[in-house]
Amino acid sequence: MFAYLVKRILQAIAVMLAISMIGFAIQGNLGDPLRELLGQSVSEEVRQQLREDLGLNDPFLVQYMRFLGNALQGDLGTSYFFKEPALEVILKKFPATMELVFGATLIIVGLSVPLGVYTAIRPNSIASKVIMALSIVGISIPVFLTAILMIYLFAVELGWMPSFGRGETVHVFGYWDTNFLSADGWAHIIMPSVALSSIMLPLFVRLIRAEMMDVLQSEYVRFARAKGIAPWRIYFIHALKNTMLPVITVGGVQIGTMVAYTILTETVFSWPGMGSMFLEAVNRVDTPLIVAYLIVVGFIFVITNTIVDLIYGLVNPTVKLSRMGA
Amino acid sequence: MSGQTAEPAVIAAPRPSRFRAVWDSKIGYNFRRNPVAIASMAIFLIITGLAFFAPLIAPYNPYDPAQIDIMNSEYPPSWVAGSLPEFWLGTDDQGRDLWSTILYGTRLSIIIGVCAVLVQAVLGISIGLISGYVGGRTDSILMRLADIQLSFSTLMVAIIFLALTQALFGSEVFGRYAVVFLIAVIGVAEWPQYARTVRATVLAEKKKEYVDSARVLGFGPGRIMLRHILPNSMSPIFVISTVQVANAIISEASLSFLGLGMPPSQPSLGSLISSGFDYILSGSWWITVIPGVVLVVLVLVINLLGDWIRDVLNPKLYRG
Repeated sequence: MFAYLVKRILQAIAVMLAISMIGFAIQGNLGDPLRELLGQSVSEEVRQQLREDLGLNDPFLVQYMRFLGNALQGDLGTSYFFKEPALEVILKKFPATMELVFGATLIIVGLSVPLGVYTAIRPNSIASKVIMALSIVGISIPVFLTAILMIYLFAVELGWMPSFGRGETVHVFGYWDTNFLSADGWAHIIMPSVALSSIMLPLFVRLIRAEMMDVLQSEYVRFARAKGIAPWRIYFIHALKNTMLPVITVGGVQIGTMVAYTILTETVFSWPGMGSMFLEAVNRVDTPLIVAYLIVVGFIFVITNTIVDLIYGLVNPTVKLSRMGA
Repeated sequence: MSGQTAEPAVIAAPRPSRFRAVWDSKIGYNFRRNPVAIASMAIFLIITGLAFFAPLIAPYNPYDPAQIDIMNSEYPPSWVAGSLPEFWLGTDDQGRDLWSTILYGTRLSIIIGVCAVLVQAVLGISIGLISGYVGGRTDSILMRLADIQLSFSTLMVAIIFLALTQALFGSEVFGRYAVVFLIAVIGVAEWPQYARTVRATVLAEKKKEYVDSARVLGFGPGRIMLRHILPNSMSPIFVISTVQVANAIISEASLSFLGLGMPPSQPSLGSLISSGFDYILSGSWWITVIPGVVLVVLVLVINLLGDWIRDVLNPKLYRG
């Protein structure tokens, strides 16, 4: 186990280094820091002097090591637009995105398990057929379109829901303002969370159903039935446990997709999170902020993927950890 | 009269046509018995047919600035009060006929989706064949690469790549080559889907006797992979291809919606929805909703066909 842990962490560090390399390459090639700092009307000597002072004439590796050293100390450069440290800009936007992801995850986990299990246990009931038909429709509607159609229906036509922003938030601590402590906050977060979960929920319902149906065919479930164990116990304790293994793996892969979907959802709902900030930074060619976003998101990917792999290794007794590291 | 006698003659011809062979096969039989599959196929053929012949069907050319009049902008479709008879689906924010623009846009969305999947298939099938057939260290390196590629979601990779390309080249140049960029990025990001599936089938096929006999006959590995193993690995490739086309169309639409795909002057369904989104709060719902419905129906029928094909061929995907 320990050797696997070390191997997995080394691999995570290698991926992080690769991401930082990409980030550094972008920083060197996208936009001109001198023009951002000085403007156009400065003589060539001053330019050269500043170029020397900033270390832009140093060899590539020296510059990269400096970039890496700064990044490790939490210094990812200063945003051209906000005139603030890029990391700080992102950390201020981080809670809004996290709350959105949290809301969507709550919907996905809360609904996909019961629906998936039900459709697996009663595959021929009318309710199951309706759920499966809805799930394939759900998979076919892009996240941004779900969001737009919800705005059109519930905000424009019916006027039940607010269509943009976070509304009234309650300050918790630091940069964290929450939506979950006021009625107005709840009203604002419901539609974005539903939109964000709209493709993943049917995906997970279908996955849990397929895995559960496989498991229900297996020997040990038949044996448990023969033994006379109560059906609910078989379904929810014996079968569900083995259903969750592939679900964890897929869940790990889907975290990246979830981050991509936050960009779409936040854009539609003008949600003041990291995703909409990234698109704005791209439009303004705010290079330090773009790079900082890449590194923060890459960090989140790597951390969650590593944790998911470790959990998988822990909960699946058939995994040979020593071989997984190979 | 003569038409009636000619028809049976064709059917009774000694060698059945390829169409006839498919019609009589297990798949053909299954298809005829499945109303959902028939309806999906019909809708799919209608949409692709209309889109493919867009230049012949569309009353206006949305790419020709001479035919666009900004004074015509935001007319509603014909069943809403205040519409103009010459624009039966209404007009968009730039005064283009929505029906013509949707036809051209659907054509673009389908072309990008199919080409991106072709790129995925060529890359993924070659890598999967090599990985499964050669095995050993090559296999483990290629599959580790596939794992890493998969852990970064396609959409995320595409957003970042396109955002950077756009920032680097400026939106004017980017818009001109957007089709190429979209196909390339969606094509490259999804190759592991094919590679993994093909590798799994190759591992199963390579143990069979026909491969051994081909080897004994002295055929090279390239010929064995392409002429012997690949034809026997086609059913899982068919199944994932349908799902991949549906996903590629969704990805293209999402990217165009974010402004990282097709420019408004040459809209795909995604960029059309995006340009209409700014007007939805002011009540011009049709610019967004009608192309949105077309997109959903297109993706839905492809997904339904994919589900049907998977049930018929029933390969165990991603196992083994």
